[in-house]
Amino acid sequence: MNLDLNLQVIAPALIVALSLLLVLLGEVFLPASQRRWLGYLALIGLLGAAVVAAMLWGANLSGFGKMVVADAFGLFLTLIILLGAALSVLLAFDFVRAHQLDTGEFFALVLSAVVGMIGMVTATDLIVIFLALELLSLPLYVLAAFKRADKRSLEAGLKYFLLGAFASAFFLYGIAFVFGGTGTTNLGRIAAVLGASPRSDVALVGMGLLGVGFAFKVALVPFHWWTPDVYEGAPTVVTAFMSVAVKAAAFGAFFRVFLVALPELAADWRALLAVIAVLTMTLGNVAALLQSNVKRMLAYSSIAHAGYILIALVAMGVNGAGSALFYLLAYTLTNLGAFGAVIALSDGTRERLELNDFAGVAKAQPLVAAALTILLLSLAGFPPFAGFTGKFFIFGAAVESGWAWLAVIGVLNSLISAYFYLRPVVQMYMVEPAGGWNRLRVAPFVAFVLAIAVIGVLALGIVPAPVIALASGGFLK
Amino acid sequence: MINYLWLVPALPLAGATINAIFSRKLPRWIVSAIAVGAVGASFVVSLLAFFTLQGLDEHQRVINVPIYSWIPVGEFRVDAAFLLDPLSALMLLVVTGVGLLIHIYSMGYMAHDENYGRFFTYLNLFVFSMLVLVLGNNYLLMYVGWELVGLCSYLLISFWFFKPEAAAAGKKAFVTTRIGDFGFGLGVLLIFTTFGTLDFAHVFKEAHELFKPGAPVITAITLLLFAGAVGKSAQIPLYVWLPDAMEGPTPVSALIHAATMVTAGVYMVARSNVLFELAPLSSEVVAWTGALTAIFAATIALVQMDLKRVLAYSTISQLGYMFVAVGVGAYGAGVFHLMTHAFFKALLFLAAGSVMHAMNGVIDMRHLGGLSKKMFWTYATFGAGALAIAGFPLLSGFFSKDEILAAAFGTNHLAIWALGLITAGLTAFYIFRAFFLTFRTTPRWEVEHHAPTDSAHAWRGPHESPATMTAPLVILAGLAVIAGYVGMPKVLGANFLEGYFEPVFKPHDLHLAASTEWMLMGASVIVGLLGIATAWWMYEKQPDLPVKLGKQFSGVYNLLWHKYYVDEIYSAVFVAPGYKLAMWLWQFVDVRIIDGVANGLGYATAACSRVVRGWQTGYARAYALMMLIGTVIVIGWLMMR
Repeated sequence: MNLDLNLQVIAPALIVALSLLLVLLGEVFLPASQRRWLGYLALIGLLGAAVVAAMLWGANLSGFGKMVVADAFGLFLTLIILLGAALSVLLAFDFVRAHQLDTGEFFALVLSAVVGMIGMVTATDLIVIFLALELLSLPLYVLAAFKRADKRSLEAGLKYFLLGAFASAFFLYGIAFVFGGTGTTNLGRIAAVLGASPRSDVALVGMGLLGVGFAFKVALVPFHWWTPDVYEGAPTVVTAFMSVAVKAAAFGAFFRVFLVALPELAADWRALLAVIAVLTMTLGNVAALLQSNVKRMLAYSSIAHAGYILIALVAMGVNGAGSALFYLLAYTLTNLGAFGAVIALSDGTRERLELNDFAGVAKAQPLVAAALTILLLSLAGFPPFAGFTGKFFIFGAAVESGWAWLAVIGVLNSLISAYFYLRPVVQMYMVEPAGGWNRLRVAPFVAFVLAIAVIGVLALGIVPAPVIALASGGFLK
Repeated sequence: MINYLWLVPALPLAGATINAIFSRKLPRWIVSAIAVGAVGASFVVSLLAFFTLQGLDEHQRVINVPIYSWIPVGEFRVDAAFLLDPLSALMLLVVTGVGLLIHIYSMGYMAHDENYGRFFTYLNLFVFSMLVLVLGNNYLLMYVGWELVGLCSYLLISFWFFKPEAAAAGKKAFVTTRIGDFGFGLGVLLIFTTFGTLDFAHVFKEAHELFKPGAPVITAITLLLFAGAVGKSAQIPLYVWLPDAMEGPTPVSALIHAATMVTAGVYMVARSNVLFELAPLSSEVVAWTGALTAIFAATIALVQMDLKRVLAYSTISQLGYMFVAVGVGAYGAGVFHLMTHAFFKALLFLAAGSVMHAMNGVIDMRHLGGLSKKMFWTYATFGAGALAIAGFPLLSGFFSKDEILAAAFGTNHLAIWALGLITAGLTAFYIFRAFFLTFRTTPRWEVEHHAPTDSAHAWRGPHESPATMTAPLVILAGLAVIAGYVGMPKVLGANFLEGYFEPVFKPHDLHLAASTEWMLMGASVIVGLLGIATAWWMYEKQPDLPVKLGKQFSGVYNLLWHKYYVDEIYSAVFVAPGYKLAMWLWQFVDVRIIDGVANGLGYATAACSRVVRGWQTGYARAYALMMLIGTVIVIGWLMMR
């Protein structure tokens, strides 16, 4: 076996790993008052990785015995993950200080999760995918429980860990079955073997178990149970990071495995995933309708969005993968922005998370209120924002590949979703404010994240063409 | 060729943006200058575009103005592009022209409102959205405008959100119209699957080439599109939101809920005339929905006491007429009535607003009366609007309504024609009932009754409104009187509109004999005058009569007064069970509500650690079990196939 140690392929992950080591060293050697610099260090690492990933664009490298590739699909997702991580780090700057969390460790854990995520979206071998999955999961279990003084946070971390371990076991078991059925763990060769041999039940079971593992990570019904609890309990910055970056990473591997390794079995998985998409969208949206806690509402909303993205997988083809990439980018910007607004409105350690906490924000913080309104409208798929173009892209892909009924249910769901996304807006604009707003100052970094999110959401809604072109180039063969 | 067309929507958008950011720090006159200036400039550009278009040869009067490539996905692409043709050009003039007058009026009407800047921001944003809807050259851009006007309508209905009724009305409008929007969205999706494009030009061309009249898919598309129109244009069964929408400021009722947004459905059907021509069944549905809505809403308007609600039901009824027109294939007549209605209904609403302004917010006609002496201009202009809507000979409403009824008659829709004729009589009656109750009859108000709490704005009895409000009234009254002459029946003279729409609609020649036209016109005139006379007799001459009649026919009266109990029925049949279903679904999927309660209890217990740990692991175990069951189902599914 030719171990071509082509380090270029994994350069983005290496850079993030390097900055991770520097952050850890800094945590040891810097005095507590100087640890703010560790955040900058993390940002520089993420930016550097993004630059390198952009430079690799178009070269289509592969390395390590074809276990890792740097194709357009993987690089696009790498960039989404780096963007999500960088914005989360910006949101975390003041958050970790206000909540008295360990600065260095926090950033180090985020960076190590990012290494795992990049690994997940660029791996082309089930074993590497599994390693990456664990590398991204373990730091997140810790991060979910990072507010050690808060029982809810601890509970979130523990639940996430127990159930995550359970899901990982399924996933590993699935790898074993696929290996048993095909004799390989390389995605391309799995496809070749499946195409040449008769239908094997062993491989089918393996596929089912892999699907369960992915379904858990991206929170598809009926594997979503952990999501509301963990999202609500985890520190808000961590929830923001998890809700976008984990989704991008896990969906990346999900798409790659099913479109590259298992297209021969598409007849088996398409209908199943279509049903799961319907359940996920519907239950996510209906449950979100009845929430009074904004974090919990956004948790159910993220479940619903996983359902929309799953439609793109069912659609397959150029537009299936392309629309998923576009949607993940739109969703990353929008959701991070929405969580950013929630963080912007918190007062020191007192977070305002109940719906009626948002009363009258428009008077006290007009810009934050306007930004959150735009972001929520985008999540609801309202034109002319990113969520609208993203949904149109996905539903269009579904219609083109003959899954119009799935698109119809998607349209119905996005109409329903408008009701709960508008509830905070109604509170902000149409209810008289309670006291305590006048002392509020929005941290510059948080304001910056909000600005980036709003500009991005507007740009992706109004002039999406360049990004659509890039995302469509990310088609998986 | 008309490269500047993008300015038409861009100017109000710029106005909205500037006011959104800076209006708090700017003095009011600058805020209004920006808002009014933006719409005014947009009106001027629209005029320019209109006359440029008129200067072209007839067959060149369809101009696509691409702005940029919006969503290019492989073979399929949607452009951000505008379409200027006689239909959209006329709509531009109506939207920006009436919009401008209502902006000017609002300067006076909203002068004392503390959220002056926010109001004008929304109003400009609405004009922008409506212009996108009208100008888009494909169904997706139209859908964008369609959704945005809905959002603006919602924001403006609940503008005075401190009134619980206003907040509830906004919500109701949003929810109800979204039901229709779902149909519209599906219609757009079906157009996409059928034709692979959303451009009007391509869709219509291919529909013409590929399908014969009555093709099921075209029928499905048109019915779905019409579902959107039913919601947006307040037809049976989705009209219920419009009367409640009157909780918004009156200029909003005039602009959005009378002149422009609610006519979007009519515009959409007229725009899609090629598709509707291929779907006779759908057209029949459109015509009947319109006719039934027209008479249904008119009967409710007969007994209402809230002046604005009378006008709201009147709008629903008049929109019904427009759908009759486009349903029987008289697209030009439908758009003609859309235009005249925009003038006289905006006028009636603004005059009603002037009454509210004068009466310190009172709009219940039981507390009005005798205002003709106090506010001449409002009285006179309302009278002109009332005559126009009642179809008084030679005023605008007379011509446009007559053309619709003639079209229904000429296409052998005799039942629809009869319903329309009866509605015309009812219309004349209810509008003059409102006119007499408000401006004539003995005053039923006393100054002391309206004593306000703060003395700064002490009410000293009714007074005429400022010139910013009366000037738009006078201009609209002029338009309501003369606008009909562009579409005169052939027996009376030249019909400018008939040739005007040529490139968009197929010419609609009814071949009615001159004697038939005279006969139809005579019938309308008689019915209209009869309605006016009855109203005069009952309210001016014999003011005790209505009360007696109400007692004698109390069953009918109550049915109408309670608007056929439709709101109550909807609430019992849809709203309550819908909520229960959602609740049940949620608890079924997610038993977390119990979790929440347990959570609270857990924390409340002082020595909680053991307890909490106990149920925590318990729940995690339950989740794991659910995941296991899910896995078994997934594997089972895969094995079964």
